[in-house]
Amino acid sequence: MKLLPCPLNGLRNISEFTYGGEYHPMPDHRTSSTRDWAEYVFFHNNAAGIVTEWWCHTASSFWFLAERNTITDEIIRTFKADEIYQHRVEFEALAPGNDS
Amino acid sequence: MPFGLLKYGLNSKYPAKHHFTPATDLKKHYDVVIIGGGGHGAAIAYNLAKYHGISNVAILEKNYLGGGNTARNTAVIRSNYLTEAGVKFYSASVKLYNNLSNEFNYNVMMENRGQLTLAHSDAAIRSFRWRAEVNQHLGVRSELVDRQTITDLVPNLNMSEDSRFPIMGGLWHADGATARHDAVAWGYAKGACDRGVELHQLTEVEDIEITNGRVTAVKTNRGRVECGSVVQAVAGASSIVAKKAGIPLPIHCYPLQAMVTQPYKPILTPHVSSPQVHVYVHQTSRGEFVIGGGSDPYPLYNTRATLDQRESLSAAALELFPFLAQARLLRQWAGTTDMTPDYSPIMGLSPVENYYLDAGWGTWGFKATPICGVTMAELVATKKVPDLIKPFELERFYRFEQINEAGATAASH
Repeated sequence: MKLLPCPLNGLRNISEFTYGGEYHPMPDHRTSSTRDWAEYVFFHNNAAGIVTEWWCHTASSFWFLAERNTITDEIIRTFKADEIYQHRVEFEALAPGNDS
Repeated sequence: MPFGLLKYGLNSKYPAKHHFTPATDLKKHYDVVIIGGGGHGAAIAYNLAKYHGISNVAILEKNYLGGGNTARNTAVIRSNYLTEAGVKFYSASVKLYNNLSNEFNYNVMMENRGQLTLAHSDAAIRSFRWRAEVNQHLGVRSELVDRQTITDLVPNLNMSEDSRFPIMGGLWHADGATARHDAVAWGYAKGACDRGVELHQLTEVEDIEITNGRVTAVKTNRGRVECGSVVQAVAGASSIVAKKAGIPLPIHCYPLQAMVTQPYKPILTPHVSSPQVHVYVHQTSRGEFVIGGGSDPYPLYNTRATLDQRESLSAAALELFPFLAQARLLRQWAGTTDMTPDYSPIMGLSPVENYYLDAGWGTWGFKATPICGVTMAELVATKKVPDLIKPFELERFYRFEQINEAGATAASH
């Protein structure tokens, strides 16, 4: 079994984790165009090489980031999200009817 | 008589014919450059040459003909999808498959064995009834079947009510079939090469030159080639190639693993698939049981085989067919699947004017090979998108108009 080092729980079998998609910065949902939002939701870099991506330790629901080589399947490092996210991200929506 | 055969084989009156054009230098210019020499690329070239009179075509293949996902898929042909767009598209492909050996005068070993998808829950029965109705409405043979009919169709299937997920019913798809995947690529490539298309193996496209929103040339490891238009048909590397043309794609690449047992006498006729236990099984005409459909749990550009998948595929296959417990595995392999958000392909126009996409083939590319050849060739020749593939354009994601086939794919994701 392949092992993955969880920043919270230490070295664990990779079957304990759920892959959570590529890390890419979210556009501001209040100002971004529909096209940009579609690209953020659906499109992927899908790079062959070293990528940064979200993972979750399923049993403890702990989300973190990992750098992984998608050609050699090597996990280079894992780290807590606060390395990237220093501030809370607000998700408040516009009032109904103002979403043009 | 073996000696008679040998004499025939060595007789100069019957020289061995090469299937494909021998390797030559690349020309300076081609009307159409097809990136990717798999079944799809060869099928597009074949249709361009035979039906549209466009034979100044080069197929550029970085490795060898049909050596990618054409060689790695499990050769399932079916059309029992859920959406109208999907069913129409795949059923047109099944029809073409049925006549493919005649079309080529080359045996693709088409076998109409039927396909049975198993339901182990009420929810699955409901969705199968839905699929059967959609299918019948569009002229595809699909029907909901009960346990007795399943026993008649597949007498050696484990119908025990004490199993982990007892079988409650199934979706019987009489149009389901299989064919020799290599022969499909070879048949198309031979037919294309006979009509003047050039197949260039070991020729990798390294860069794509775009001027004023149009492709003007591709740079390969064997030199630069100018081109009228370009089609990319590189399942498993779609994102990488499209990126060279500056086109982002909604694709993630996952390995899909499958394996085969040693050959046995014929005992299983239809193709049997279970979305619940995540496995599909069929017996090839040479007797091997193909056990397929294990997608890796995270993206990877690597075709290694893992013990994890071997264990889970074996466990699932044994649940359906306990007699396989003594079977020995011959091979296990993987292919890189281009998974799209809605489990449908991405075909047609791209943001670059004369650059056409044939991508996002996930786990459904082989069955679409013939219709893909017809429709993509029509698009390249006429510059008009055929109605059959209009719904699959890349633009659909920008309009949030996905074509959801997640439930109708056999593989687990």
